[in-house]
Amino acid sequence: MNFVRRYLIPRLISYFLVIFVGITIVFIVPRLSPIDPVQQMINTITTMGTYMDPQAIEKLTETLKDLYGLRGSLWQQYLNFLGRFIKGDFGPSFFRFPVPVSKLIADSLPWTVGLLSVSTFLSWLIGNILGGICGFFYQKKWARFLENTAMVIRPIPYYIFALILLLIFGYFLKILPIAGGFSIGTTPSFSLRFIADLVKYALLPLLSMMTLGIAVTLQSMRLIVQNILREDFIVFAKAGGVKNRTLLFKYVIRNAMLPQITGLALSMGQIFGGALITEIVFSYPGMGTLLYNAINTGDYNLIMGITAISIVGIATFILIIDLLYPLFDPRIRYR
Amino acid sequence: MRVLKDLLRDGKFRFGFTVICILLFLAILSFFSPYDPTKWNIFPRDLPPSFQHILGTNSKGQDVFWEATFAIRNSLIISVIAALFSRIIAIIVGLVAGYLGGRVDRFLMSISDSFLILPLLPILILISSLIKGHLSLFSLGILLGIFGWPWDARLIRAQVLSLREREFTYTSILSGYSTINLVIKEYLPFVLPLVFSTVINNMGWSIGLEVTLSILGLSNLAIPTLGTTLHWAINYQAMLLGIWWWLLTPIVISVLLFISLYLLSVSISEYSDPRTRIQRIGIAKE
Repeated sequence: MNFVRRYLIPRLISYFLVIFVGITIVFIVPRLSPIDPVQQMINTITTMGTYMDPQAIEKLTETLKDLYGLRGSLWQQYLNFLGRFIKGDFGPSFFRFPVPVSKLIADSLPWTVGLLSVSTFLSWLIGNILGGICGFFYQKKWARFLENTAMVIRPIPYYIFALILLLIFGYFLKILPIAGGFSIGTTPSFSLRFIADLVKYALLPLLSMMTLGIAVTLQSMRLIVQNILREDFIVFAKAGGVKNRTLLFKYVIRNAMLPQITGLALSMGQIFGGALITEIVFSYPGMGTLLYNAINTGDYNLIMGITAISIVGIATFILIIDLLYPLFDPRIRYR
Repeated sequence: MRVLKDLLRDGKFRFGFTVICILLFLAILSFFSPYDPTKWNIFPRDLPPSFQHILGTNSKGQDVFWEATFAIRNSLIISVIAALFSRIIAIIVGLVAGYLGGRVDRFLMSISDSFLILPLLPILILISSLIKGHLSLFSLGILLGIFGWPWDARLIRAQVLSLREREFTYTSILSGYSTINLVIKEYLPFVLPLVFSTVINNMGWSIGLEVTLSILGLSNLAIPTLGTTLHWAINYQAMLLGIWWWLLTPIVISVLLFISLYLLSVSISEYSDPRTRIQRIGIAKE
């Protein structure tokens, strides 16, 4: 019972708080700006060359106000907005008109989840092991080389890194496909050939996300490991004649992984943004590309839906990690 | 001056400092540009690099080199505005939360936690797509600043929490200092070094977001920044047409800028932490 009260309930509260704060920001900030989105939309339509008489504009204004939820007082708008959000109703998409936004998102979500989970898990694992080794043998030359490489790669933003990979592998070497999720003309099936095709197309986006992910994890892991090396139990283990290998994997890396789990949860929002960007560069058929189409066509409802879904998704992911954490850390389990 | 000399002993700092100085020089050079960066078709299009145009011209009929100097200047301006603005929020939130503690602290920290966890990119895209085209350099800087403070507010709060337990706090309270006086005159000097070391990191972060937003076409595309330069190059299919000088210039500049900003911040924070400073001396001696 103690566990539920002291661990579970605070986590659940913070889960709903994060979603609430996020949705409120999404509601408030556009309304703080002096620009009227309805007027903006009408301007876009009229500059495209369509002539509209005043009556039609009047009508359009009303419809757009309905769509954007701009009716009534600010408080009423906010309540309406929350109600629609809870029901998962984001209205129809503009650029593929009658199709509801939730359907479009549901179609592209699996691609993003696949790319994101594979790359995050692998880069977290590889980064931790490499970072552990680097921190353990910090006096060796190769360790310092690896560390410096990570230091140079790490600050490059996702978009530019993906672009560089695209230029190298897609345009100069021409060995990997530059866009899409699978070859045109193949139908999705569970055959070996289709899966090979899928992997081939996913290789560049994965490589681009994983390199950056590994660099970040490696660096923070190295710092944690260096702090652990100063702890008494390591000194004792060394003095007691524990082999280097056992010391590294059983004593050092296992202990250093705990803060890294929290670190993963904290940086998940950033990694997710990176996945969206990487998808845009490689035209991967996930949420990022959907978002890009939405931006280009001014599809406000779709952008809104994607933002809301990603807030909920990230918060849920962090909640799951938080709830799994006691499995890894006995100190919390037995408190 | 002595600090700078000490810092320059570190290879990371030397590299970062040199590159930043060169980029700053280019940015200052933009004030002496013979051309207006917003005008199109001043020169013949797509000329490869030559003596007349050091980095060639682009498909918009502009000189790539002078365009790049403006881009560096504007990107730096945005990042400085964003960094300053978010520093102000971070200092206020950190000082208030740390000093008052209790309920105020819990409230402010849960807000900053939410900001930390939220997926920033979709939110920024949503906001800037609504006010697209109306974003001046200043308002883009402010917008990025709104989201850049939570991590540093936490750092400042942690510092103030430890300061509050020190003896001089009691001395000043007992000798009749007002709260505001205490916080500003006694705590702020301790907090400021922390603020400076986070400024550089925050600048790199804001330039990264600016580049991303501009490539997606969500900032004011008439203002040359590193992001908008890339946006135009990609939109005109510079890759397929083989106009590599147009595309590579912003890529190389921004990669250099990011790496050097990051190295500077790493080196400075290593310097300000006495433990790692000792380690560094040890490595140098080996």
